Amino acid sequence: MSETPDAVTPEGTRPEAIRAVPVRHPGRWAAVAVLAVLAAMFVHMLVTNKAFQWSFIIDNAFRPNIVEGVRTTVLLTVFSMIIGVVLGIVLAIMRLSGNPILGAVAWLYTWFFRAVPRLVLAILFGNMGILYAKYHVGGVPFSHQVGGVLGVDMDGTLFTINANTFLTGFMAGLLALALSEGAYMAEIVRAGMLSVDPGQNEAAGALGMSRMQTMRRIVLPQAMRVIVPPTGNETIAMLKDTSLVAFVPVTNELFFQLKSVGDKSFNAFPMLVASCIWYLILTSFLLVGQYFLERHFSRGTGVPKEKRAGLRALGFGSGGGGA
Amino acid sequence: MSDHAVDAAPDGAALMVKAESVHKSFGRVEVLKGIDLEVRPGEVMCVIGPSGSGKSTFLRCINHLEKIDAGRLWVNGHLMGYRQKGDKLYELRDKEVSAQRREIGMVFQRFNLFPHKTAMENVCEAPLRVRRLGRAKAREQAAALLERVGLADKMDTYPAQLSGGQQQRVAIARALAMEPRLMLFDEPTSALDPELVGEVLEVMKQLAVDGMTMIVVTHEIGFAREVGDSLVFMDGGVVVEKGAPREVLANPRHARTQDFLSKVL
Repeated sequence: MSETPDAVTPEGTRPEAIRAVPVRHPGRWAAVAVLAVLAAMFVHMLVTNKAFQWSFIIDNAFRPNIVEGVRTTVLLTVFSMIIGVVLGIVLAIMRLSGNPILGAVAWLYTWFFRAVPRLVLAILFGNMGILYAKYHVGGVPFSHQVGGVLGVDMDGTLFTINANTFLTGFMAGLLALALSEGAYMAEIVRAGMLSVDPGQNEAAGALGMSRMQTMRRIVLPQAMRVIVPPTGNETIAMLKDTSLVAFVPVTNELFFQLKSVGDKSFNAFPMLVASCIWYLILTSFLLVGQYFLERHFSRGTGVPKEKRAGLRALGFGSGGGGA
Repeated sequence: MSDHAVDAAPDGAALMVKAESVHKSFGRVEVLKGIDLEVRPGEVMCVIGPSGSGKSTFLRCINHLEKIDAGRLWVNGHLMGYRQKGDKLYELRDKEVSAQRREIGMVFQRFNLFPHKTAMENVCEAPLRVRRLGRAKAREQAAALLERVGLADKMDTYPAQLSGGQQQRVAIARALAMEPRLMLFDEPTSALDPELVGEVLEVMKQLAVDGMTMIVVTHEIGFAREVGDSLVFMDGGVVVEKGAPREVLANPRHARTQDFLSKVL
């Protein structure tokens, strides 16, 4: 840059790009060295410690009963999250509806299901058969009592559920997880809806859209940007909490199956390692799903498509996408 | 409600807007202290006044975004927000309020475009969901409207990628898509960079030339003088002065109007 500064240089005389010596970061290199040594020690332990019995893990981690366990765990996660999210949306709308009764009911629900531990809920639902052996699902509540008073045989029952066949195992576990999830999702959805600018409601209202249309078409899609990341968290937590249904008891669930292999062969530790690996794999798939969901709901935020979801700390660096 | 005895069929059937002693309070603060105004079809009325004078609130009362506490408001002969039987008033259901609002377009200071929808989707949304137009018809109409506001090349752009002036023009097209009989503008250029104000005012001017009835709350005195048929000066929740824009601006009769104009002109 030998030229003298000239305020009105014609185009083409752009000064040379700056090529300066970057600042050195010796601390970073020291940290890398320390971490490299620690990582090497860890890998060395994994390989050399006989207790891991890698061949035993490989032989047993993919048995049919364990693959069946994976299936049950995934199904439980998916269904309980679907029910939980729908329930959460309904509860959040009730809370924000302005109707004091609906709001109080939603609050009460959230209070109860957040207070009781999932483990306790799972066991409780597994024992629901004690309350009633049969559940009558009818059109008219209290129809038997009313009929008794009137002296006629009124039966409003549409169909009957046998608690001992319906509310056992999978269904009981699913209900326990889904109802509890609904309470947490309600708070997440509520936060999402509150994050949407009130001007959006007004604009939709001024256009003549109904409250239902405004909620479904305008508010919820925008709330999703706030709702999806914590919901990803919830889904991962749910995947792991499915191991609680072993207490319902649901025995064809992943962790129970892995543990039972370990117990039967008196080789518990390798199967615990196998459990870690299985849950790592499943969680990684969930992260990929979350990446695409976030990308979808961040549309219109003014960030180029490829980069959008990468902004969130997902562990995917700058939005590469692979797990 | 107050003791205004108003016949069920309002005398102002020929008027687009008729406000009779409109009162509105937020908590203990009385924002509107009795507004009487009439707007004829095709009239462009500009409303000026210091901030906090109640002009935006009055605008929001017209399409029932705010409920009024006393008085009556008619738009195109419909009593806004209520049904009157004898001397008893019945609140309208949400659905009926929505139906009334379809005749009234509103443009907001902060645009309030739907950020998750493209310009085209913003304009199409209400015609598709509320007027139940077919998709092809709605898109065709939206394309024509976006062209009318000079944004034919921005149809598939999201609001965040548009300038403030472009966003406000999309917002105007969105309001027009419901084919309103009346357009309300709530300080439409106040959130814009100075060099973007002109493009929005130009669109509004064209709308006025085309015969739209408009109520414009604004600080753009030049626009009021040039385009407005009438000018209203509000202060402290009342209409202080009303008249032909040039007259009010040149010879304000009230001291408060004189004081305000000396600060903004």
